[in-house]
Amino acid sequence: MSEYILETKGLTKHYGGVHALVDANFTLERGEHVAIMGDNGAGKSTFVRQITGVEQRTRGDVIFDGAPVNFAGPLDAREAGIETVFQTLALADHLNVPDNLFLGREKTKFNWLGPFRLLDYKSMREDTMAGLVKTGVKIPNIKNSIANMSGGQRQCVAIARTATFASKLTIMDEPTAALGVQETAQVENIIRTLKEQGESLILVSHNMRQVFELVDRIIVFRRGRMVANLRKEDTNGEDVVSYITGAKTGAEFEGAA
Amino acid sequence: MSDTSEGTGGLSYDKSKRQWPNELNVLAALILIIVIFEILGAIFMQQSLLFDSRDRFDSIFNEARLRIIIIQVAIIGIIAIGVTQVIITAGIDLSSGSVVGATAMIAMSFAQVAEVSGNPNPKAIFGDWALDLPVIIPVLVGLGVGLTAGAINGLIVAYSRIPPFIATLGMMLFARGVAQWWSLGNPVSFPTDAYAVIGSGMNPVFIFLGLALLFHFIMNYTVYGKHTYAIGSNEAAARMSGINVPRHLMLVYMIAGALAGLAAVILTSKNLTAQSGMGLSYELEAIAMAVIGGVSLFGGRGSIIGTVIGALIIGVITSGFTFLRLGAFYQEMVLGMIIVGAVALDQWQQKRAAARS
Repeated sequence: MSEYILETKGLTKHYGGVHALVDANFTLERGEHVAIMGDNGAGKSTFVRQITGVEQRTRGDVIFDGAPVNFAGPLDAREAGIETVFQTLALADHLNVPDNLFLGREKTKFNWLGPFRLLDYKSMREDTMAGLVKTGVKIPNIKNSIANMSGGQRQCVAIARTATFASKLTIMDEPTAALGVQETAQVENIIRTLKEQGESLILVSHNMRQVFELVDRIIVFRRGRMVANLRKEDTNGEDVVSYITGAKTGAEFEGAA
Repeated sequence: MSDTSEGTGGLSYDKSKRQWPNELNVLAALILIIVIFEILGAIFMQQSLLFDSRDRFDSIFNEARLRIIIIQVAIIGIIAIGVTQVIITAGIDLSSGSVVGATAMIAMSFAQVAEVSGNPNPKAIFGDWALDLPVIIPVLVGLGVGLTAGAINGLIVAYSRIPPFIATLGMMLFARGVAQWWSLGNPVSFPTDAYAVIGSGMNPVFIFLGLALLFHFIMNYTVYGKHTYAIGSNEAAARMSGINVPRHLMLVYMIAGALAGLAAVILTSKNLTAQSGMGLSYELEAIAMAVIGGVSLFGGRGSIIGTVIGALIIGVITSGFTFLRLGAFYQEMVLGMIIVGAVALDQWQQKRAAARS
């Protein structure tokens, strides 16, 4: 087994003439939590979209769990074990918590009935509970629809999906951007729980405090290129900011930027 | 302020946080309307609407009126079961009434007898070969025509970017044209005895309630139902979750079409004749039943049970106005107000529920 859960080599994405991502060489160890930072348009989300199969890369290799992968779409990535919590929540408002967790991959009985196969509610509910306990997500009543839940609770449900489906890698694209202080704290707690359980995580975030509290390593993107790869112990906020703004570029990336 | 720090991982169901099922509101509205008619009946007619007022010992209810109430909504109710599913996907089906018209003409042509009182059937459409066919054939033809119309609706809605309103509006005009073209506007009459049984007596009611039960089960306990709600609730999320949204929409519109076809079979069997104008404005009544029953036109919310209660509300109002000897025009005015009122009430309640949590 490879020591890296995810590795990219020369990952590049052009939108027409725009070079949104250029030669990203990235590694993520098993159980490691890495933050991706950078200004708007620096290539953070583009990077995530190439890994999760939302877009097709122009060039480069993605090696996931020891094998090169070519995801045709986000579903392929999810089946392989990459769970993504999108910036825009992919939740159906009128469904309850288990329904949302299992949307598109329901547990069923009598599968010969095709589209009319029966839902195994009991089993899905048990798995949901297990997932919520594992992540420490607290929902007053999982049978209620998502519509009446707070933004924090909804985000927690989205994150609990990853825990319910024994994923190998979790990617969160600014999970707390739209949340209040207390809700952000809860999401951060869940991320800590994931760390304790040895889940690998890529966290895209603008929040410096959050990043320093939660991750082991910080990657900075600037204008489509990786410009820094910093262990948390070796750096500080000011340092990271100077990489983001372009005042500094990591030694190993000098030629690139 | 949020209460994210409370609760225990969903392990205990907090009863106080449980949602109030919307169907109970619709049921309360039905009961309220019945009470109003009972009071008006007691004041103006010295009679009861639903209860027996002749002091017989063998019955509590006025069975004859109960029967009329449910028979008159049963056939459109069958359409409404399909329309409910379409509306839950955030779509709309304006074509069902016209599909009833077209299906009625075509199905009836395969249900005709050879002889009428010893003479050749004067209204026979196809000639000898299509007369006195086993009853299964016109039924299958009817379902087939409905299914085809639904499939075309579904195809347009699911695979092009044409909105459901326009797609089914087109089908509404097209199918009505087919109904008139089929026999050049002439009625098609004289079905076989076996065919006439389908819609006789209380059969439409049994079929309506049977289908309502079946689809209530399907909407609540199968993948089909879950995906129907998911698509109406958040189509992008449904797509991201791996649901084949176009194929599913196709299926929903096909089911709605087949139910309209079945309604046409029952209607022609009951009336023993098919006319090109049949089913006129049925689509709007079916939509009204669904909307009164709490189905949201924005998608994602509503239920078959709600629609059945919505159908009963319309039935009670229609019967109630006849009972009070008020003209049909008042009836339509009141129905119009009730539809708007139901949606307004529902939206107000949604807002309140959102504010509370």
